Amino acid sequence: MARITASVYTSHVPAIGAAIDQGKTTEPYWVPLFKGYEYSKQWMKENKPDVIFLVYNDHATAFSLEMIPTFAIGTAAEFTPADEGYGPRPVPKVIGHPQLASHIAQSVIQDDFDLTIVNKMDVDHGLTVPLSLMCGEPQAWPCPVIPFAVNVVQYPVPSGRRCFMLGQAIRRAVESYDEPLKLQIWGTGGMSHQLQGPRAGLINAEWDNRFLDRLIADPEDLSKVPHIDYVREAGSEGIELVMWLIARGAMADVAGGKPPVVKHRFFHVPASNTAVGHLILENSQ
Amino acid sequence: MALSKPYLDVPGTTIFDAEQSRKGYQLNQFCMSLMKAANRARFKADERAYLDEWPMSEEQKQAVLARDLNRCIALGGNIYFLAKIGATDGKSFQQMAGSMTGMSEEEYRSMMIKGGRSIEGNRVVGEDGDAQAHRQPQGQAGKAGRA
Repeated sequence: MARITASVYTSHVPAIGAAIDQGKTTEPYWVPLFKGYEYSKQWMKENKPDVIFLVYNDHATAFSLEMIPTFAIGTAAEFTPADEGYGPRPVPKVIGHPQLASHIAQSVIQDDFDLTIVNKMDVDHGLTVPLSLMCGEPQAWPCPVIPFAVNVVQYPVPSGRRCFMLGQAIRRAVESYDEPLKLQIWGTGGMSHQLQGPRAGLINAEWDNRFLDRLIADPEDLSKVPHIDYVREAGSEGIELVMWLIARGAMADVAGGKPPVVKHRFFHVPASNTAVGHLILENSQ
Repeated sequence: MALSKPYLDVPGTTIFDAEQSRKGYQLNQFCMSLMKAANRARFKADERAYLDEWPMSEEQKQAVLARDLNRCIALGGNIYFLAKIGATDGKSFQQMAGSMTGMSEEEYRSMMIKGGRSIEGNRVVGEDGDAQAHRQPQGQAGKAGRA
């Protein structure tokens, strides 16, 4: 059967993608940030998965206000990096895994989560920046990726509780797939940031670090945090952090297994307007 | 019974909920049209004429022409959509976010490097943090205005 070996959590700030694409990673502003991902790139090489299940949000790129799916799973054979108004990022196209993605869709929908199935979709920085941070600048991404887009643009976004339960359903779906594939599940976005209004630029490092502590040690309790706490404490765009609970819900300990091993933890302020957080959790063997 | 909206008392913050989305539908879809290079070129050539192709309110059109992002948001705009105007103008997300605070680009960038805006005094309307209504605009612009 297929199984989830690890989960990765990271912010997906567009300016990080621009810094990589424009060769600015050695500038003093960016050095501390990229240093925080050196371990991660090495870890990725040593622990290459067969498939990445990548939870992210679309930023008014593939989905306008014409359609706003709460949860959308990409079942296409490939996904093109989007032109977000500055021209597409010069990164490899994203190869999907239609067979596994369709299997997960069927299982998760029968498990009471009404996913939108997407067979044609461009992917924006929410998906490609985490790939760049974890894999560097390869000619091709190391493995197929299943994009999983969550609405965090129009309120209300799904609750932390529902995201956490969805992660558990994804884990059950993966484990009912016959082929012995190793999967990683990534949760992206956040941490504290606000991009609008007179409160733009808000950062709450203390709240972010407590979020990381609780995500590791007591995600069940963390999943009960209501939307308003994210908005008030971590900024209007900090609510992206609910997506991390999808990845965390898919880990073995939530289903009665052993607690995960914390392989890496990193926090840095700022990347543009945002506090950057990053974790790698491995399931115990 | 009315919907519960506990987020209305967060200072300097507009949550893009169903009501805002309804109000801003045409404005945001106009922004979305700027994802195409040909539309960006037409908009840049004659902004007013391009805006007149959209069934937006006059107030929304004026807010776009003035690049007043706070006003755009009050009229139903969402920052991820409004960002397409910024991209058309060649502005970064940091420049766009900063423009809504009244600070200069340099002041805003410096605030971020120092760890960002503090949460203290900025959780609930009526406190005394720098995002509160009585402290706008921020930075030198505000000092000059209140002097």
